[in-house]
Amino acid sequence: MSKRFTGSADGRPMDAAQIEANFGDIHPALSETQAMAESSRCLYCYDAPCVTACPTSIDIPKFIHQISTGNITGSAKTILSSNIMGGTCARVCPTEVLCEGSCVKNATGEEPVKIGQLQRHAVDGLMEMNVPHPFFRAASTGKKIAVIGAGPAGLSCAHRSAMAGHDVTVFEAKPKAGGLNEYGLAAYKMVDDFAQREVDFLLEIGGISIEYGKALGGAISLESLKAEFDAVFIGVGLGDVNALGLEGEDKKGVESAINFIEDLRQADKKTDVNVGDNVVVIGGGNTAIDAAVQAKRLGASDVTLVYRRGAEQMTATEWEQDLAQVNGVNIRLWSKPVGIKGNGKVEGMSFERTMVDGGKLVGTGKTYELPADQVLKAIGQVLEAGPLAGLEIDGGKIKVGDDYQTSISGVFAGGDCIKTGEDLTVQSVDDGAKAAEAMTRFLNA
Amino acid sequence: MADLRCKIGGVESINPFWLASAPPTDKKYNVVRAFEAGWGGVVWKTLGIDPPVVNMSSRYGAHHDSNRGVLGINNIELITDRPLEVNLQEIREVREEWPDRVIIGSMMAPVEENAWKTLAVKIAESGVQGLELNLGCPHGMCERGMGSAIGQVPEMVENVTRWVKEVVDIPVFTKLTPNITDILVPAEAAYHGNADAVSLINTVNSIVSVDLDAMAPTPTVDGKGSHGGYCGSAVKPIALNMVGEIARNPETRDLEMSAIGGVSNWRDAAEFIALGASGVQVCTAAMLFGFRIVEDMIDGLSNWMDEKGYQSIDDFRGMATPNTVNWNDLNMNYDIKAVINKDECIECGRCHIACEDTSHQAITKVAKPGGGNEYTVIDDECVGCNLCLHVCPVQDCITMKRVDDGQSHLTWPEHPLNPMRLAAE
Repeated sequence: MSKRFTGSADGRPMDAAQIEANFGDIHPALSETQAMAESSRCLYCYDAPCVTACPTSIDIPKFIHQISTGNITGSAKTILSSNIMGGTCARVCPTEVLCEGSCVKNATGEEPVKIGQLQRHAVDGLMEMNVPHPFFRAASTGKKIAVIGAGPAGLSCAHRSAMAGHDVTVFEAKPKAGGLNEYGLAAYKMVDDFAQREVDFLLEIGGISIEYGKALGGAISLESLKAEFDAVFIGVGLGDVNALGLEGEDKKGVESAINFIEDLRQADKKTDVNVGDNVVVIGGGNTAIDAAVQAKRLGASDVTLVYRRGAEQMTATEWEQDLAQVNGVNIRLWSKPVGIKGNGKVEGMSFERTMVDGGKLVGTGKTYELPADQVLKAIGQVLEAGPLAGLEIDGGKIKVGDDYQTSISGVFAGGDCIKTGEDLTVQSVDDGAKAAEAMTRFLNA
Repeated sequence: MADLRCKIGGVESINPFWLASAPPTDKKYNVVRAFEAGWGGVVWKTLGIDPPVVNMSSRYGAHHDSNRGVLGINNIELITDRPLEVNLQEIREVREEWPDRVIIGSMMAPVEENAWKTLAVKIAESGVQGLELNLGCPHGMCERGMGSAIGQVPEMVENVTRWVKEVVDIPVFTKLTPNITDILVPAEAAYHGNADAVSLINTVNSIVSVDLDAMAPTPTVDGKGSHGGYCGSAVKPIALNMVGEIARNPETRDLEMSAIGGVSNWRDAAEFIALGASGVQVCTAAMLFGFRIVEDMIDGLSNWMDEKGYQSIDDFRGMATPNTVNWNDLNMNYDIKAVINKDECIECGRCHIACEDTSHQAITKVAKPGGGNEYTVIDDECVGCNLCLHVCPVQDCITMKRVDDGQSHLTWPEHPLNPMRLAAE
């Protein structure tokens, strides 16, 4: 698998085997030789900027040095002690704007050290080694912790809490754990069922049970959990998606990109997932890119990604934008959707050109149409506030203090549902771990 | 264009680059390829008295850096394992086919006058321009009383050199082992034995690594390992010092030197020549990259000499020797301070942590308002040790600035704090 995708070899529709191959690993793992060569490029900086740039503050120079000395177990433990989901983060972190973006090698005009790839080398190496789980639980505290949501924040919180000696019950609405790692990332970033393998690895610590099919507002409520547990952690993410607010949004073929991505991840065969011939993706984030690139790889003839502002303002990283381009996705900038065409089923969309005027985005009055038999909306996710009644919400997110405690004593929150940094896996992992530490302090107080 | 022709121990060569006596010079096939590549001469792999030795399987160990670069090699190979007459016939053929190139015959024998004399005459008759006496091999042969077993006993060095000089009229190079306490002692012995030149250094006795699975030194031969001869760029500093010592020692300063030890490029060669060597011998670099490396050795040395205005090797030979002195002769008033060029600094923090943990706490780290760190030298704490300059990954980012007046000169024997100070006149 490579980053580049050239489509059908003969103009005919791709066969199932080729489509399946299109979803192979986009970043093939480093070989032993590559890992040694790359690790030797690291300068072993002191007070390294890459560590500062990492939301989980992984001691990057140390773990890379450990790779170079052949100490893979030690290297993986260095990573995982800061970030228990170091395996997923190695695959999906926007390293170009985090660790690798701050690598001092950039300052000398050299390529940054491939930190993400090296991290994967170490963590995968450990997971393949068939060794005991590298972390231990402290003596039992007898305290019970409820975690709502088995995504990166919840699982990170659960692992760190289990290490502290608490007993953790995780409540998950879906049938599988992993959250967006399992349901929300492009398939070519998370091959070989990595999300589930990582969950299994994380649960080896012991002291964590997961109850599936239990959603907040459904089988469980904040009140009941608060009564039964000594502390509660909310890691529910953002459960709702934004709407375009256009007439005809309910037409057949207008879907959430999140659902499209989830379907692809859960499908036994990728060809089971329906894809249009003319696909329009609305949005400028990594979700939009994941949907657009996968639509192309699934066999759509034309995929157009439309974003209302410019490339600079896209939250998708430059790497992701480049990925879309080398996969044949057309990117149209400075355009906002103004109409959905079709009779019961979407047939096209109309857009208005936009511009910035006096600091505000305005329509220019110039419009154009694109044919579309599938529209994937990726214009942001929002907090599903209903089941959280009673909690203080601020700016669309659960309000927490410096200790990750919500407005209700003993109830903590982290991940995409609170406002810390970017909505990234790595940020959620950090929130979960730090909240777990705050909960332990709270329980000991 | 600079003239690279030179004379080493009385032997004229088209350039100062010879291949040392080692596997690359074991037979005609290799030597012809070397001459085609441009090498000025070869020292044929050491010849002994028949029956030839038997070599074993697994011969080299390597000291790698973390990027698989080879810092040094060690070997447990013995001298040539082919019959003497086969080697001599090939030498005669190459001598005929390559009249402008140097062939030196390396030789080794037990410490018996007749054995050395007989073998020396036989080899000389094959047409070699000189003989090199292998008194340095630190593995295998020394267990049979040869190689370094001779080189470590000054009287034997002198005797063997004299014996050979008595029976041949071609130049004799005595090859010295570094596996001794003071190189000047065997060098003086060779001088007194009338050697025309000394070749140094032979390999350094070593265990290059231990295989932690087999729990045996490498190279491992059926579960066991032995000490071997270490060579390659890692030994260059040891060799430079020994060459420098011989060059500045009044007893040996007239002895010509064919320098060996980690010469990997033209710059290494120039350094040895600047310390007094007449030419160099190379082995490891050729074993790692092939004979073609001589092309840049010739080209690079020639270009450098043109840039410096040196027309011949002799123009710069030994120029660094007068500047190689005892510690007691160094100027204690010389004072330098590190200067960090902040425009070049990439903020890796290496200078800071090196100084903070292991030196003089003379480089501060201060967080910058916009992120990152600023590193600054505290002049009052900086002793001018150069450590920061060496660990800095950016070329010329850290430089040393001289801060004393540049006028006064004070050595330790004259220093007021020296309790053994020479009484003031």
